[in-house]
Amino acid sequence: MALIELKHVVGGYGGAPILNGVDIAIEQSDIGVIVGPNGAGKSTTLKAIFGLLKVTGGTIEFNGESVANSLPDKLVPKGLSFVPQEKNVFTSMTVEENLEMGAFTRKDDFSDTMTWVYEMFPVLAEKRRQPAGELSGGQRQMVAMGRALMSKPKLLMLDEPSAGLSPRYVIEIFETIVRVNKEGVGILMVEQNARQALAFASKGFVLAGGQNRFTGTGAELIADPEVAKSFLGG
Amino acid sequence: MTELIFFINQVVIAGAVLGSIYALGAIGITLIFGILRFAHFAHSELMTGGAFMAFLLASLFAAWGVHAPIPMGFVVLPLAMVLGAIFALGIDKGFYAPLRKRGAKPVTLLIASIGVTLMIQGLIRLFFGSGSYSFFENEPKDVFRFDMSALGSTRPLVITEPQILMIVVTAIAVIALHFFLTRSRLGKAMRAMADNADLAQVSGINTALVVRVTWIIAGALACMAGTMLALDVTLKPDLAFNIILPIFAAAIVGGLGQAYGAIAGGLLIGFAETLAVFNWSMVLKPLNTVLPEWLQLPQTLALVPTEYKLTVAFVILVVTLLVRPTGIFKGASS
Repeated sequence: MALIELKHVVGGYGGAPILNGVDIAIEQSDIGVIVGPNGAGKSTTLKAIFGLLKVTGGTIEFNGESVANSLPDKLVPKGLSFVPQEKNVFTSMTVEENLEMGAFTRKDDFSDTMTWVYEMFPVLAEKRRQPAGELSGGQRQMVAMGRALMSKPKLLMLDEPSAGLSPRYVIEIFETIVRVNKEGVGILMVEQNARQALAFASKGFVLAGGQNRFTGTGAELIADPEVAKSFLGG
Repeated sequence: MTELIFFINQVVIAGAVLGSIYALGAIGITLIFGILRFAHFAHSELMTGGAFMAFLLASLFAAWGVHAPIPMGFVVLPLAMVLGAIFALGIDKGFYAPLRKRGAKPVTLLIASIGVTLMIQGLIRLFFGSGSYSFFENEPKDVFRFDMSALGSTRPLVITEPQILMIVVTAIAVIALHFFLTRSRLGKAMRAMADNADLAQVSGINTALVVRVTWIIAGALACMAGTMLALDVTLKPDLAFNIILPIFAAAIVGGLGQAYGAIAGGLLIGFAETLAVFNWSMVLKPLNTVLPEWLQLPQTLALVPTEYKLTVAFVILVVTLLVRPTGIFKGASS
């Protein structure tokens, strides 16, 4: 049984649907990458899973339980976590307070999780008392990921984690994502750097027009001449 | 020395009291703006309504023969604050929550809050009339006079018991709020939601709970401010309505959404207003002996006449917005 399974999901913001039947299945050991042109419904898919827009058709199952149209405060305790693309840190709060907010739904002691996050991002440990708004773009992305990891998720969803970062930071963020996955957290991410991301993806989904166009392992998709021609820029 | 004591009596004490009241009101306005993104005009009615609830409780307690060493208004204050919080929650549930559920714009909520203002004021007038009441009808207002002749002053330092208690109670409330916002899980969640409401929701923060806590704090502090204002002057239906604009100015000057900014803005405007209407003639009188005959100081020498006191708040507001458009503490710009 897949950790998360979307079957023919239809949804949008009230008007015409943006998603017209999206199928996605991810195991906890997977790194799933969603690629596709602008307006294909990539970010919308993540938002639909996280209850941020209305799902009007199809099913979303997490751990065998239907979660379509559940709100984040119910989803986070179940083991789902989401890093939005923009405005993904509390700029006026310190790094440590940002992490604490990620653990808001937890009633147990989360100090070991915080230690774990600081081990993963040593630079955050140094800046724990600094407001997150004062950090660089790459460091903010780390705060955002750290915040999302504080709830000890089974599945971490990332919306374009490399957007706006310098090439050096892009590689660092991707390496971190692989490391988080090795620690037993399933990954589902949307990426604009499609070729680079598919290279380490165990599952790849090419969306266009709110529907799956191609599905396969990352390597398969890169090797597929049609995908390469239409979606990976030759 | 006499002049200095006069200055302390007229400016320092009065300014601290007025500043405390402004600060407590402005905290509520700034918190509500931070969380719900609208200017809550009816905050004045939370204050006036809270003061009337405190007045009723105080009358009840006095009728039951309760005696206390401090004014009854302060004895009933904790209980009145609980009622004030419930009152605020009820107003939100009855009027603003249904509008928010329909996705109303901030300006719609603002207009709704003006409606709530008129409605509550009408209700108060319906039950209490338009006359004024005093907390000190059946008990004396203790006035402390500290003899300052040792320092060479012919005037004593005068402070009333309610004034002392007001300054103390405000300090306690502000410190408690500080610890709540920086140490508690819910307080941090409140700051998080004011900072970035979407991310707070995504983090799994129970935003409905944060909204309720915001109304509880705003309602309790408004009740406290209203009761203190009524204790300082008199209780009447338009008690806080008359000062809602300087309170808004205080919240904006401090930086909307910033609780500490509201405190700073409240004290700043409170002191500035008091200072502006202060009669300098009393302090500068000794100069008359050295000034030539044709340049004697007039009897009244204040920066602005008392009836223009309110304009001081707006002068400060305009100057602040010109120099620092987001307020002293960098608040929300919208």
